[in-house]
Amino acid sequence: MSADTSTAIGPVEGGAHYDVDNPAPYIEAPRKRTGKTPRATRGNFEMAAWLFMRLSGVVLVVLVLGHLLIQLFLDGGVSKIGFAFVAGRWASPFWQVWDLLMLWLAMLHGANGLRTVINDYAERANTRLWLKGLLYTATVFTILLGTLVIFTFDPNIR
Amino acid sequence: MATPVLDKVEKDSAASPYITVTFRIRRYNPEVSDAAVWEDFQIEIDPKERVLDGLHKIKWDLDGTLTFRRSCAHGICGSDAMRINGKNRLACKTLIKDINPEKPITVEAIKGLTVMKDLVVDMEPFFQAYRDVMPFLVTKGNEPTRERLQSAEDRERFDDTTKCILCAACTSSCPVFWNDGQYFGPAAIVNAHRFIFDSRDEAGEQRLEILNDKDGVWRCRTTFNCTDACPRGIEITKAIQEVKRALITRRF
Repeated sequence: MSADTSTAIGPVEGGAHYDVDNPAPYIEAPRKRTGKTPRATRGNFEMAAWLFMRLSGVVLVVLVLGHLLIQLFLDGGVSKIGFAFVAGRWASPFWQVWDLLMLWLAMLHGANGLRTVINDYAERANTRLWLKGLLYTATVFTILLGTLVIFTFDPNIR
Repeated sequence: MATPVLDKVEKDSAASPYITVTFRIRRYNPEVSDAAVWEDFQIEIDPKERVLDGLHKIKWDLDGTLTFRRSCAHGICGSDAMRINGKNRLACKTLIKDINPEKPITVEAIKGLTVMKDLVVDMEPFFQAYRDVMPFLVTKGNEPTRERLQSAEDRERFDDTTKCILCAACTSSCPVFWNDGQYFGPAAIVNAHRFIFDSRDEAGEQRLEILNDKDGVWRCRTTFNCTDACPRGIEITKAIQEVKRALITRRF
């Protein structure tokens, strides 16, 4: 605890230019609720997001572990995966639904998790805006592309 | 027969209980510099005394400019929450012997709030969040001519959260609060919990709606920093989870 602080001790550099009449700049507390702070931030979105994380997490445990088991361990393991294997699986609507569900839940779960991380760690409003923009773009792109492939997959493509 | 006992007492009291302890205090004075510095103070102190007594010794005998808050000095008023050896505690409830006096004891202001001077922070954002949850009894109808009675079980329901002394040790230990300070913070939620689960109160729904804010209970990451920091031993994270559960079950 004290080891990391011992190096911080030392004389103040250039400390002399503040006095009673000219104090150091006051750093505004971040939380300060001013007139500009939006008041209408209530709504059920955060609750829905929180619930979604729990519920999708439970479903994803089954989906992802099942997915990994089939892809990596059963019946020859990873070496069996090829175009033919994927084509064979997606011939069945069951696996189509499985993969579609996994795609949507995993992407939304991950995106919401990253949104939370950005909210918690990005300090400036602009940084938040750009990071979230990037995140949402990537999420929408991946979900749409994946959905398109699952629905329009053609095993006879040449 | 009594003589040897007396001798022993004299011998014991002759040996000084005092030890030398280094206090490493994070000093900040906006009239001198805009940077905070660590300053070491060596004092003779009985290890059975508290950190607050050490701070008093420094202020009274060594450096009168050391600035910190304390009112009752007995763990009731909640004025002297500070970060001691990296953990939020009340200086008046922390014994020197319990925090390894061999090493320098670091004392700094609680995090996440603007430091005004040395260990004094601007508590206004903290109290703003407290006021926002309406920490008072709200009822409808005529005032009864006698006390508002409540069963022992109903009282027990929110007993834990009545212990809060608003010292801000929990809120200023919360990593979500450290970031942008917009999160209501554990203390405000604890005090909302105290009224939400009070059978005599009728504004629980309103308070739940306030805490359903985007910076309300849903920002809690259950890191348990608040529960660890609370000098009153309130199970804060549990209280926050109970508010979350109430928010969900009231709708579905």
